[in-house]
Amino acid sequence: MFTAKEYAIPANIDEAYKTLMARNTNYIVGGCAWLRMGNRRMTTAVDLSACGLDFINETEDAVEIGAMTSYRTVETSPILKKYFGGSVARCVEPIIGTQFRNTVTVGGSVFGRYGFSDFLTTLLALDTYVVLYKAGEIPLIQFMDMSYRSKDIIVKIVIKKNGAKESYQHFRNSQSDFPVVNLALSKTSDHCVVTVGARSAKAMIAQKTSEYLSQADWSDIDTVIKNAQQLIEEVPFTSNMRASADYRRHICKILLKRAIREVAEC
Amino acid sequence: MRYVNRPMNKVDGMPLVKGKPLYTNDLAPKDCLIVLALRSPHAYARIKSIDTTSAKLVKGVECILTYKDVPHTKFTRAGQSFPEPSPYDTLILDEYVRYVGDEVALVAASNEKAARQALRLIKVEYEVLKPLLNFKEAIDNEVIVHNEDDYIPARFCKSDHKRNIEGYGSDSHGDVDAEFAASDIIVDETYEIKSQEQSMMETFRTYTYLDHNDRLVVVTSTQVPFHVRRQLARALEIPQSRIRVIKPRIGGGFGAKQSVISEYYPAIITLKTGKPAKMIYSRKETFTCSDTRHQMSIRVRIGAEKNGHIRAIEVNTLSNQGAYGEHGTTTIGLSGHKSISLYNQANAFRFNWTTVYTNTTPAGAFRGYGATQGIFAVESAVNELAKRLNMDSSILREMNMVRFGEIMPAYYGEPLTSCALDRCIVRGKEMIEWDRKFPRVWISDTKVRAVGMALGMQGSCISKVDVASAEIRLNDSGFYTLKIGATDMGTGCDTILTQIAAETLLAEMDKFIIAQVDTDISPYDTGSYASSTTYVTGMAVYNASNDLKNKIIYEGARMIDPEKYGDREAPFNPKKFFFTGDKVIEAATNKFVTIDEIAIHNSAGIEGNYLNGTGFYSGQTSPPPLMAGFAEIELDLETGKYDLIDYAAVVDCGTVVNPNLARVQTEGGIGQGIGLAMYEDVQYTSKGKMMTDSFMQYKIPARTDFKQIRVDFESSYEPSGPYGAKSIGEIVINTPAPAIADALRNAVGINMHELPMTPEKVLKAIMEKQAEEEHN
Amino acid sequence: MLIHVIINGEKKKLHCQPDDMLLYVLRDAGYKSVKCGCDTTNCGLCTVWLDDVPVLSCSVPAARCNNRSVTTLEGVQDEVDIIGRFLVEEGGEQCGFCSPGLIMNVIAMKKEFRANGNLHPTDDEIKHFLAGNLCRCTGYMSQMRAIRKYVETEVN
Repeated sequence: MFTAKEYAIPANIDEAYKTLMARNTNYIVGGCAWLRMGNRRMTTAVDLSACGLDFINETEDAVEIGAMTSYRTVETSPILKKYFGGSVARCVEPIIGTQFRNTVTVGGSVFGRYGFSDFLTTLLALDTYVVLYKAGEIPLIQFMDMSYRSKDIIVKIVIKKNGAKESYQHFRNSQSDFPVVNLALSKTSDHCVVTVGARSAKAMIAQKTSEYLSQADWSDIDTVIKNAQQLIEEVPFTSNMRASADYRRHICKILLKRAIREVAEC
Repeated sequence: MRYVNRPMNKVDGMPLVKGKPLYTNDLAPKDCLIVLALRSPHAYARIKSIDTTSAKLVKGVECILTYKDVPHTKFTRAGQSFPEPSPYDTLILDEYVRYVGDEVALVAASNEKAARQALRLIKVEYEVLKPLLNFKEAIDNEVIVHNEDDYIPARFCKSDHKRNIEGYGSDSHGDVDAEFAASDIIVDETYEIKSQEQSMMETFRTYTYLDHNDRLVVVTSTQVPFHVRRQLARALEIPQSRIRVIKPRIGGGFGAKQSVISEYYPAIITLKTGKPAKMIYSRKETFTCSDTRHQMSIRVRIGAEKNGHIRAIEVNTLSNQGAYGEHGTTTIGLSGHKSISLYNQANAFRFNWTTVYTNTTPAGAFRGYGATQGIFAVESAVNELAKRLNMDSSILREMNMVRFGEIMPAYYGEPLTSCALDRCIVRGKEMIEWDRKFPRVWISDTKVRAVGMALGMQGSCISKVDVASAEIRLNDSGFYTLKIGATDMGTGCDTILTQIAAETLLAEMDKFIIAQVDTDISPYDTGSYASSTTYVTGMAVYNASNDLKNKIIYEGARMIDPEKYGDREAPFNPKKFFFTGDKVIEAATNKFVTIDEIAIHNSAGIEGNYLNGTGFYSGQTSPPPLMAGFAEIELDLETGKYDLIDYAAVVDCGTVVNPNLARVQTEGGIGQGIGLAMYEDVQYTSKGKMMTDSFMQYKIPARTDFKQIRVDFESSYEPSGPYGAKSIGEIVINTPAPAIADALRNAVGINMHELPMTPEKVLKAIMEKQAEEEHN
Repeated sequence: MLIHVIINGEKKKLHCQPDDMLLYVLRDAGYKSVKCGCDTTNCGLCTVWLDDVPVLSCSVPAARCNNRSVTTLEGVQDEVDIIGRFLVEEGGEQCGFCSPGLIMNVIAMKKEFRANGNLHPTDDEIKHFLAGNLCRCTGYMSQMRAIRKYVETEVN
């Protein structure tokens, strides 16, 4: 069970940052969904809910999602349903239940970089950036490997409107469980990105598969699938209580096939 | 009938849905000490030293107990009738800890935070011992789980705890070896059933206090208040008369609360401190530190003729008891007795069983109680037999299954006094459109739909063991108080029993108050388990109602004509009167007296009499309910994932006392059976720590996992039951696992040997099958 | 610390610690309909509305609710009469322990569907909305029958 001696709800992000930095043991809390499952000892819990970070905006070249936006808002957002084939809105749908998705925030989820994340696999296949209060805008792929200890605040997620069509595929043993493996494929006219998550480690880009799909002749879809399925062996998998590495690898190939077919259809 | 066989609403339904404070923790006083347990991180260890000095200094901490502070009388946590079949192998706190989660110390503090802080400050030095984690290696292992000298072994069977054998035995009928020798075909398969978590929504919880007479009052979420009283008395070494157990509303039990789990700890804290105390188990504690379903490995051999006639069945069951012996020697019995008996046309059977200790979470009662495991194994083997004989499995069953009126040698030699199993199969086949869909229908190159089936049986009580008493009092106006000791845990037995009383006394349902179960007040009842409440307590209520009815008629007669009927010594014939529920009428004269008049006259008049009907019942037999379950799946051959698109079940529970509640029991039990079949997967680390210790890691079915469960009833009439009723509570969990396995068999010819049947295991079986076919 | 919360329409001042979760603060304040079933955000028993949005009160710090409104089952008793009667008629309450959380989510669901002009949601839409409300007694079928009747009911 976590403990906190103070609870601060700063009125803006500047104040939030100051509070965060005031002590080593001050922490940002996001949606707090899993806070009490941890054992963190905090001096001050810094709550961003009054900082105006609950938004989904469309700019000229991007879609921006505020850090305190809930999964449920993502799921029901007309903007997110409109772009990338609706994959970003759709990918959070299977996660536990409505109340949970009302509680979980985009910032907390992205910061957590959980292995089983549906959201990160989907975002990583798009041209996505994490905007940090101090460090500024950095690509999501770079953020994925940043230290959990670096003290900063996620302000928003920025997804560039690159015209991609994306397919998000996931495989679950039961409907409300974490995925056994998940996969996203985004395709613009000349560029493809394949990401694989729940491996059981966190999501990664399948570089060779992505490069191949970017150059491949999609008119012969069966060959594309066959070759891509071989290349996706580049993705390392491990076993855990939900599935073995071998099974994950097998399912990944099936998901890849389905993603390619889905993307090719439009 | 006016109230029996009617879909009455539950008598406590509206207060429950309106969120009234009716459960244990809603009722606990605010000033209760909060009790928490320090639990072992090791699967097996001896406590070398334990230092509570700094923990005791935490502000708010009132009491810390270790094994040195508790009584040394061994007991069992199993809520069974005395003398309990389970071994006495447990102490409130012990020098040895035998599984990860075993209690090491108790902390009681004025608030939870203080108690948690104190837990962290207790210093324990363990002598870590090598644990025994694999139950197949238990017998004669160098590790002995119970090596203590004050161990009291299981009753009614042989045992050898120094060899880790909690109990063993065998049963047989006919010349088994000769029948196998004469068989054309022998199916010989071994099936693995993992443990399963009951997962009732309300975790274990108890609060305790001392009353004005210094008696220990225990308010607890239990299925077995009278067993709680007796076992607490033994464990705490105080007389039973000093304990009062009260059962409020319960948030589900499913057998978990047939063991005494959270009661001991606040009770001993209250005795030591004199203060009220409360213990609420976390979900993790509920999963890891109570009782699960018994993991079993069951080998089934079936010998049959080419025409499908089954000659012999042999079942060998090995059961994983875990660290303590709750319900071990009894659960395992059902794995044979309630599976083999389905195929009563067999000429011979043999059933061997052994239950062994390991250093894992103890196993105990869970709906189905061993029958679930046995039926998965035997039904799977029968389905496999059908496949090898190239027969429709429903036809094979109709040839071999038990029939009305037969003596069942594998079912304790009891006769089958009611049976609609044949009609259950016919109706179920109609519902699922078996003849059109069997065995499979291809949807595409990679998708196939298939159907599968299984039969199930259970008991309606533990015959010659379960007893119930009931009382009904006519109050000072024409309404009644019904007193029972059976425990409604959400199932609706308060409603069912009121229906039986209302039917018998010809009174409206709302004329009955059903008293809360309280061992100071309620009549003795072994408790709500073994599917026994409707059948056993139902008969006790029926008997009590008739007793009261006769008394009402007699007192009514005295009021109608004191001169003729006033002499209490004179013989009296109640048949000269009509009892309409509202009135007692003398048939010859049409003179009458109303129930209200009888009530006030007898309660408050100087000529009165205490009108209290009493009834008792003990089940001399355990008439089995029967059912047929049918699954339809759609299997994705590429991934091994399958959807259960339909489940049709037809149940013979005798007279259906309340069709709504029976339907929900059936749907709910099937739901749990589907969980067992498809999702619920208890897993341990190599060091014996349970990994599936939350709803996050242990997946019970969610709403989105179910497409359709359809239920129908084919009634028989059970002559020994109340208005012809048998049980329904447990049987309903037994068919999904074998029926779904059968659907997978019919889809692609695989024989699934292990639960749960996850997509990964299904795909593996498909691939092995393909490799085998290519090889051939 | 002291927080100001409008609970079921009434202004309340509640004492809590910075690390107390709303669930326990509500129960301590007497709102006993709110139940805890899992500790891991999976079961939905603790569902309440925070500013009319269904959330898991086990996972909302009480301090976060300062100057906001919270609704528990105690605050929607008239509506509970309607949905509750359907549940009881189907036997869908069974042990009743999951009912308060379920009902809070069902009422919110109906409101949302109606607000979106969805007067006849499909079973899949209903199940998806309620996926986070676990029940171990019923196998969900009776609940679904009751909820189906409720969402089609015009009285509101």
